[in-house]
This record gives sequence, C-alpha cells and structure tokens, in this order.
Amino acid sequence: MTYLDFLLVFDSALRLATPLILCAMAGLISERAGIVDIGLEGKLLAGAFAAAAVATLTGSAWMGLCAAIASSVFLSMVHGFACITHKGEQIISGIAINILASGATVVASVALFQRGGQTPTLDRDERFSPIDLPGVDTLADVPWLGPLWKELISGHTIPVYIALISVPLIWWLLWRTRFGLRLRAVGEMPAAIDSAGVSVTWLRYRALIIAGILCGIAGAFLSTAHGAGFVREMSAGKGYIALAAMIFGKWKPWSVLAACLLFGFLEAGANRMQGTPLPIVGEIPIEVVLILPYVATVILLAGFFGKAIPPRALGTPYRKER
Amino acid sequence: MTRLPAWIEYLLIPIMNLALAFAVAAIVVMLIGESPIDALTVMINGAFVYEGALGYTLYYTTSLIFTGLAVSVAFHASLFNIGAEGQAYLGGLGALLVALALQDWLPIILMIPLCIIGAAAFGALWALIPGWLQAYRGSHIVITTIMFNFIGAGIMVGLLSGSLMRPGQSNPESLLFEDSARMPQLHSLLGELGIEIGRSPLNLSIVFAAFACFGVWLLIWRTRWGYALRAMGASEPAAHYAGVPVPRMIVTAMCISGALAGMMAINTVMGDQGKVTLGFPAGFGFTGIAVALMGRSHPVGIILAALLFGALLQGGSELDFEFQTITREMVLLIQGLIILFSGALSLMFVPWMERRFARKEIA
Repeated sequence: MTYLDFLLVFDSALRLATPLILCAMAGLISERAGIVDIGLEGKLLAGAFAAAAVATLTGSAWMGLCAAIASSVFLSMVHGFACITHKGEQIISGIAINILASGATVVASVALFQRGGQTPTLDRDERFSPIDLPGVDTLADVPWLGPLWKELISGHTIPVYIALISVPLIWWLLWRTRFGLRLRAVGEMPAAIDSAGVSVTWLRYRALIIAGILCGIAGAFLSTAHGAGFVREMSAGKGYIALAAMIFGKWKPWSVLAACLLFGFLEAGANRMQGTPLPIVGEIPIEVVLILPYVATVILLAGFFGKAIPPRALGTPYRKER
Repeated sequence: MTRLPAWIEYLLIPIMNLALAFAVAAIVVMLIGESPIDALTVMINGAFVYEGALGYTLYYTTSLIFTGLAVSVAFHASLFNIGAEGQAYLGGLGALLVALALQDWLPIILMIPLCIIGAAAFGALWALIPGWLQAYRGSHIVITTIMFNFIGAGIMVGLLSGSLMRPGQSNPESLLFEDSARMPQLHSLLGELGIEIGRSPLNLSIVFAAFACFGVWLLIWRTRWGYALRAMGASEPAAHYAGVPVPRMIVTAMCISGALAGMMAINTVMGDQGKVTLGFPAGFGFTGIAVALMGRSHPVGIILAALLFGALLQGGSELDFEFQTITREMVLLIQGLIILFSGALSLMFVPWMERRFARKEIA
C-alpha cells in the first residue's frame, strides 16, 4: 500500500465515522445528564428520512437538515416526556423510539413517495456537496502535506466538519461552562443540583435537545451528504455502534472521538481489504472485522482492560423530595 | 403510597394505554388520507377471517410467546434482556447443527426433542455470557445484550454465507432440515385425521409454547427458585441478606431466558422454513419485549399480548395488498407506540387514578 492508499482509507474512515461521532456526542451529553439514550439509532434514522424527504420536496439540502434536526429533537422530547416528566423506564423508551422510527420512516415515505420505502434519488444541488478547503491548489505540489490536505482534510461535506467541530464544542460546553458543570452534576447527583435551586428537569431536557440536534445532523449526513436519498433501515445499527463508541471512550469526548475514528477505520479497512489476504493470518472475513467494535466494547465493559465508569445517576429518574 | 384496586391496575390502565397507542396510529392513518376504520377492518379480516389467516396469526403468536416469556423471566429478576433477537438467531444455529449431525440416522420422534435442546442450548449460551459478565464483572446487561445481538448476527452471516451455506444459492441460506427434523405442521397432521383446515405454517411448536407457559408459571410462582428470583428482582441486597446466591441466580435466570428465546427458532426454522435464513428472527425478539411489557410478565398476559401482536403482524401484512399508501410497517409503528405508552409511559395515568381513587375512599 502506498501513502496515497493509506490516505484514501483514512479519508473513507473519516466519512464512516462522521455519523458515529455525532451520535456518540449526542449519547455522551445525554448520558452525562443521567439519561440513558439507546434511542440514538431511531433518531438517526428519523433524521435521515426527514432530511431526504424535505430535501426532495423543497429542493434544498439545508431545509432537509432543519427537518432532520426537528424530527430528531421531537423524538428526543418524546424520550424526555417519558423518562423525565413521567419517570418511565429509559431503556424501554429508547427501544420504543427505535421501533417507532423504523416503522414511521417507512410508513411516511410510502405515503409520500410510493417507492417501497425509499425516497427519490436526490440531485447534486439537493445534497451537501464536498467543499474544497482553501489552499488545495497551492499545497498540491508539496510532498506528503499536499496529498494529505487534498485527500484527507479537504473535500468533505459540511456535516463531516460539523462532526469534527462538535467534539471540542461538547468538551468546552461540558467542562468549561457553568451549564456543563451543572449538567455533569445532574448525571452524578441530581439531589445536589436540586438543592442548589437549579431545575433538574430543565437541565435534562436541554441535554436531550442538544442530543437531538446532533443526531439530526448525523441523519442528514447519511441521506443527503453520504448517500443520495433515504433507504429503509439506512442507519443500519450505526446508532448502536455510536453507543458502543461512547462507552468505549468512557464518556469522555476526546476518547469517544478516538473510538469513533477507530471503529470507522476498522470498517473502512475491512471494505478495502475484502478479498486480499493479510500476512500471517490470511484472509479475514469482513464479518469478523465488522463485529470487532462490539466485541471490544464487551471486553472493555467486562473490565479486562481499563474500567468504564458510567455517570452515577445514569438511568434513575429523579424524584424530588416532598 | 396508595394501592390501586386490581381492576384499575391490571385492566383499566393497560386498556387505556393500548387505546392511546391505537388512537395515535389512527391519526397517522387519517393523515395519510385513508380511513382508520377501513384499515382496521382489513387487519381484522387478514388476521382472523380469511382462509388460513388464523393459522398464520397463531404461528406468529407462537414465536412471540417464546420471546415474550424469555424477556419476562429476565424481567422478574429485574434484568433487561434485549438480546432475545440474537439468542433466537443462535437458537436456529443450535437446531441446525443438531439436525445436520443426526437427521440421517435418527427418527423424527428423537430428532424433535434433540433439536429443541440444541436450539435452547445455543440460545442459553448466547445469554449466559452477558449474564456472567453482569453477575461477576459488573458490565451492564442491556449494553452487553445489545452488543451480543450484533456479534451473533455477524457470526451468523459469516456461517450462512460460508461453511453452512447451501451450494447453488445466491442468498446466504443454510443447508436444509430433512423431514425427520421438521416440526409437523398442523394442517397436515389434522388432514391425516380427516379434519380440513386452511394451509398455514402453524405447527406443533404451539403445543411446546403452551408447555413453556405452564413451565414458566410453575417455575416463577411455585418453586423456591422462582421465589428467590422474584425476591432478587424486588431487592437485590435484601435477597442477598436472605442468603440468595445473587450472581449464580443472575446467570441461571439469563440462561433460562436465552433458552426460551432460542426455542423461537423451532417454530420458524423447523416448523416453517426448513432452513436457517439470514435474519430470520425478523424483530420478533424485540417484539417479545413489547409482549412481556403488555403481558405484565405473567404467562397468561403474555399469551394474550402475543395473540394481539400476532394478529397485528398477520393483519398488517394484509395492508400491503389492500392499500396503495399503507404498508405492513404500520404495524411496526403501532408496536413502537404500544411500547411507548404501555411501557415507558405506563405510569402516566397512575397519579391521576390515584387522586380519583383517594377521593372515592374518603367518600
């Protein structure tokens, strides 16, 4: 493999990791506030459908993005209504959202487009197209850096860059603002926040709104940037891999980013290596590589390397004392 | 804390939650521009009236009884087994391996129990690992069972498109079960007795499902082990102080849960398809969660809920033929709504009911 081949694999890894990064950041902020979010998958799927449907109807990818965010935030609010307001079981609510989304997206797309659950293929101007960062041409002749800039860093769609920016943003929000301090406290010990006179409910709802926005962007990426339209079940378990990455990164933004990139890289590498034998081990079936993120997460959770400690109040609804 | 009367808690509130789910679904149908009444009529006809329809409904019900029971046994230990889907998938592998190894030599009367054991054993194995990890390593069962669904699916894809793939197939499918390892279908059994019923994949598994219901009831409510299990589910520290070996109980409970989920395979794989196909559990493991929730984790409730969802699934497939704009995914939507309203939002009406009930008590 040449240097350029490596760059191309990393490039595709970055694209495969984008929905994972956005969803994992969504899961991170929600779980840091104490709300288990296994509905990431459903929000991602709903976002993907809304983006493609609205982009088709209005002809604008940006309108699609707004619709994706709206639908994903709506599902987040359903989750909040069930788990924060009515103190329901968070995992059940998450499962409900996932099943609801996988049914509703097909029902809606059949009702709107009658194409067996798909949306019409989007034109180039109804999608997010790759943008070239400044300096591609000037750097083109520089060895190493030129191709690196051109192939890996530049030439991605806007959601990819949003995903990359979201990581420092979430980090800054959670660890450098008062809101973030309170949000993390609400995931560890909500009673303390409550006795300080801050609303636990409103803090948790805000965490879910942010999570919804991030999942919506991820959905829009799937159907209007990476793909060109919605296909049924197009989230294909990415929400769950994001959940795995979030745990694998131990609920810390930078580690989670690393986990997402690693999982993206595994998938990109597996796609690329398909059919070519490796030294020593021979040919690895792609299925084996694709389950590695899950296996790695299970091993980590079992405490065989490192220890993943979730926020202490995770999963327990807060009951105000009377 | 006030206690609601049984008829409110076990009848009125579940019905109100269910009604709410159907009301939202009806609004969706109206938004699409069709009449909810028409859609409901089509679904009821499709589920019960047409020739063979009831057989299909009961066939789906059978699968759902197994997965519903599986989820409920874990629920009683306050464990959340979201892995029934993967356990059922692996159960299919277990039945297949037993069948491939022995079906040329043994008669059907031996093959069926052996294949059931194979299915249950593989299902149990796939729940054993998450159970062990929860009990002894403290990893969260929900996350590990989710991960195991995907790991199981990956393994099955590998096997079905690899060493277990039937030659000459374009889609990944397993080698076939011979007649000696197939669950007899009811229409052919009854046909031999001279009773004619419509053709459907309904098979003897439904009898095993009934046994499983009885067995679970016996186990949970009539044995020391079941008592210990429910005690552990109610309060783990209390059970621990009472001398219940908590980690071992967790592992056993998960194994039983997984075995029941694995047995779903005997219905679909041995009773209908005669082979293991890609993704054959088709979401029934997840629907089992809805069944267990609706059925309040009690075998009788599970039978009723499984019948409801079985009818929805069968009736829903009829929507495809009758409407241009409504498809069977409508059922998935309804299912999601039911899980939302009778699972996550199950407490929504409780405070209101408690207020009303308290007023009555004063008067």
